[in-house]
Amino acid sequence: MSDISSEAPSFITRFRESDLWYNFKRSPGAMIAAFLTFIIVFGAVFANFVAPHNPFDLATVDLFDGLLPPAWEADGKASYLLGTDDQGRDVFSTILYGSRISLIVGFASVGFAAVLGITVGLISGYAGGMVDSFLMRVADVQLSFPAILIALLIDGIARGIMPREVHDELAVYVLVVAIGLSFWVQYARTVRSSVLVERNKEYVQAGQVIGLPDWIILVRHILPNVMGPVLVIATIQLALAVITEATLSFLGVGVPPTSPSLGTLIRIGNDYLFSGEWWITIFPGVALVVLVLSVNILGDWLRDALNPKLR
Amino acid sequence: MKIKSILAASACALALGAGSANAETFKWSFQGDVQSLDPHGLNETFTLGFLGNVYEGLTYYDKNLELQPGLAVSWENTGPTTWIFKLREGVKFHDGGDFNADDVIFSWKRTLTAGSDMKGYGSRMKDIKKIDDYTIEVETPAPNPILPRELVFYYMMDKEWSEKHGSVEATSPKAADSTATYAAQNANGTGPFILTERQPDVRSTFKRFDGYWKDIPTNVTEVNFTPISQGATRVAALISGELDLVYPVPVQDWNRLEEAEGVSPLTGPEARTIFLGMDQWRDELLYSNIKGKNPLKDKRVRAAMAHAIDLNAIDKKIMRGAAVPSGLLIAPQINGHDADFNKPYAYDPEKSKALLTEAGYPEGFELGMDCPNNRYVNDEKICQAVVGLLARVGIKVDLNAQPKSKYFAKVSPQNGNDTSFYLLGWTPSSMDVHNVLYNLMSSFDTEKNTGQFNYGRYSNPRIDEIASNVEKETDQAKRQKMVAEAFSILKEDVGYLPLHQQPLSWGVRDGVTLSQRADNVLDIRYVVIGK
Repeated sequence: MSDISSEAPSFITRFRESDLWYNFKRSPGAMIAAFLTFIIVFGAVFANFVAPHNPFDLATVDLFDGLLPPAWEADGKASYLLGTDDQGRDVFSTILYGSRISLIVGFASVGFAAVLGITVGLISGYAGGMVDSFLMRVADVQLSFPAILIALLIDGIARGIMPREVHDELAVYVLVVAIGLSFWVQYARTVRSSVLVERNKEYVQAGQVIGLPDWIILVRHILPNVMGPVLVIATIQLALAVITEATLSFLGVGVPPTSPSLGTLIRIGNDYLFSGEWWITIFPGVALVVLVLSVNILGDWLRDALNPKLR
Repeated sequence: MKIKSILAASACALALGAGSANAETFKWSFQGDVQSLDPHGLNETFTLGFLGNVYEGLTYYDKNLELQPGLAVSWENTGPTTWIFKLREGVKFHDGGDFNADDVIFSWKRTLTAGSDMKGYGSRMKDIKKIDDYTIEVETPAPNPILPRELVFYYMMDKEWSEKHGSVEATSPKAADSTATYAAQNANGTGPFILTERQPDVRSTFKRFDGYWKDIPTNVTEVNFTPISQGATRVAALISGELDLVYPVPVQDWNRLEEAEGVSPLTGPEARTIFLGMDQWRDELLYSNIKGKNPLKDKRVRAAMAHAIDLNAIDKKIMRGAAVPSGLLIAPQINGHDADFNKPYAYDPEKSKALLTEAGYPEGFELGMDCPNNRYVNDEKICQAVVGLLARVGIKVDLNAQPKSKYFAKVSPQNGNDTSFYLLGWTPSSMDVHNVLYNLMSSFDTEKNTGQFNYGRYSNPRIDEIASNVEKETDQAKRQKMVAEAFSILKEDVGYLPLHQQPLSWGVRDGVTLSQRADNVLDIRYVVIGK
C-alpha cells in the first residue's frame, strides 16, 4: 500500500480526521465513559505511585487504625480518604490495587479468549466442510452452558489437582484460563461468519492464485478485514470478564485475599454490612459498577460507531 | 427495617399457623458442621456438645455447669484408686437396646482404639470391672478426685448396635476415609433426641425420643440444624425469622441484633481461651526460608513473638472490646486459675526486634501459620491481625486459613502435627486446670496419651512431673502451688502465646428461652419455644 506514498498522513492526523473521532467528539456519554475508564485504569496501573498507602505491606499497616470511617465522617482521618477495614488497611488503596488485579484478569482473559476464538473462527470459516462443522458444534455445546458455570468448573478442577500453595500463586492464571475458555465462542462465531464472506473476494483468490500459503492469506489478508467486529466484542467482553472475575472472587473461588481483586474486597466487606461499617464493601462495589458501566458504554458506542448502517 | 420486621412477623405467623399445636421445631445454625457423628472421633467442644443431645455420659452438666448424675445414678470413691458407679436402670438406646454395664465397658475400650480422639480420657481409667449389670468398679492409674467431671463428655454407645454395624472401633474424622464408617454417619444414643436425617455440611434433623428416661424442660419435638459459614448470612437468617438461634454472632453485629426487632444477642464470658502455639520439636521449620534450624526452638524468638502481638489492639479492633486479653491458658471460670499469672506479655515491638537481633534474625524470618476460619469467634481475622503485627517486627507469616475440618486434619498428631504456628482455642471440659496441664502443657507422648493437643510439642520435664502430681493431689492449697509453678515455667519458657478469652456470642429469636453454658455448649434439653 505504501508504493504511492508521496505524503502519507501521520497516524495522529489520520485518527483525527477519522469518522471514529468525529463520532466520539459528538457523543458525551462515550466521552464521560472514556474519561472514567481512563481514571480507573490509570489509578490501577500506577497504584504504586497513586495509592497513599500500600495495604499489602503488612509492616506499614497499623491495627489501631482499623475500622476508621471515611475522612468526611466525624471519626475519620484525613490520611484514609475512604476509611479503613478491620485490619487497618486503607480502603482507597485496596480499591486501586484491587482494580489492578481485576483489570489484569479482565484484559488477559479477553486476550486469551480473542486469540483462541479468532484462530478457531479463521480456520473454521476458511477450511469449511467437516472441520467447520466440528468446530462449530463444539462452540454450540459450549454456548449452551453459562459462562460462569464453565469458569467454576475449570477453577474447581484446578483446585483439585493443585496443592493450595501452588493454587494461590497461580490463581490469577487459572482465572484467566477459566474465563477465557468460557468466552471464546463469540469471537469464533463472529470471525467465522466474516471469513465466509471474505474468502470469496478477489483479493483472497488473487493470493491463492499466486500460491501464497493459506496461513499467510488468513493472517495477513483476511484477518485485518474481520477485526472491526472483534474489537467491539472485546470491549464489551472486557466488562463481562471483570464481572465474572468479581463473581468468582465473591464466591470465594477467585483470587486469594492476599492479593484481592474488587470481587474479593466486596466479599470481605460483606461481613460488615450489618455492623455499620458500610464503606468496606460499598466503595469497592461502586468502583466495580463504575468500571464495568464505563467499559460497557464505550463498547456500545464503538459498536454503533463502527456499524456502517447506523451512520 | 420496618418492612423487614413485618415480613419476619408474617413469616413467624405462617410458621406458627402451619405447625400443629404441639409440634415445636427448633431451627439453629452454627458456623460449621460437626465433622463426625462418632462420639469418640473428635475431642472438640462443638462436636461433643452437639452430640450431647443424642449421646450421654455417666455424668452430666446442668445449665450452670454443675455436675449431675447422668447414666450413672451415683458414684463413690471406695479406695484411693477405685470407684463404684451405680448405673441407671431402665435406660433405652434409640434403637430399643438396653443400657447396662457391658455398654460402659465396651465404650471405654472403644475410646482406646486407634481412631479415637478421646484416648486422653480413656486412659484415665486403668480397668473397669463389671460387678453386676448395673454396677461397675473403675480402677484409675492414680488417685483422681475429679474423675466424675471427666466423664461428662465421655459418651456411652450401645455394644450390640456397634457390633451389628461394624463400628466397634472409633473413627477419626481426621483420617482420610472417616465418613465411610457407620457410626460416623449414624447415631444411636440414650439422649433426648434421635437423628432422623444427616447431610454433612448441609443439614441434620432430629426428633424427640419418646422413651427418654428423664423429665426435661424443653417442648421441642424437632430440631433442624443447618451450618452457615458466613457470619453475615447467619445473622440475616436469624433476623428474617428463618432460624431460632445462631452462633457465633460476629461481635461487630451485636448492635445490629439489639436494634433489630424480634431478636436479641445473648452474650457472656466464655471459658474458652484462644492461644497461639509454635512448633518446638522439629529441627527445621516446615514453611520457612530458614533452613537447617528451627528459630522457634529459641526461647528469645518465641519471646520476640510474644512481645510483638498487641492483645489490646486485637481486642479493641477485631473483637470490639468483647474479649478478655489473657496471660494464661485458662479462663477465670476454670478451677486452678491464678490471677497472678494472668498478665499478658507486654506489647513492646522494640524489645521484640532487639530479641530477634540477639537470636540472630535481625531481618526476621518467614513462617507458615495455620488457622481455622469457622471454629472460633472471628478466628481468621485474629490470625490476619497476628500476621500484620508480626510483620511489623520483620517476621513474615504466610497464613493458611481453612475450614476446621481441613485445619484439624492438618495440625493434629494423626497427621504428624503438620504446622509451625497455629491458632487454637481450648475449654477444659472438666472445668479444671489439670485438663490443660495434661492435654496442652505436657509433652506429647503416645504411650501415656499426654499432650494430645500440644500440636507444637512444647516440652518441659518439670511440667510433665507436675501434671502427674496435680492429678493425685487432693489438698487444694498444695495443688494450687504446683499449678502456679507450672504456670511460671510455661510463662518463662514462652511455651504458648495466650491471646484472650472469647465472648459467648449467640443470637436468639425472641420467645425462645434457653440456657447459655459458659463452655459454649447448646443443650437442647433447656430450649423452650414460646408463642
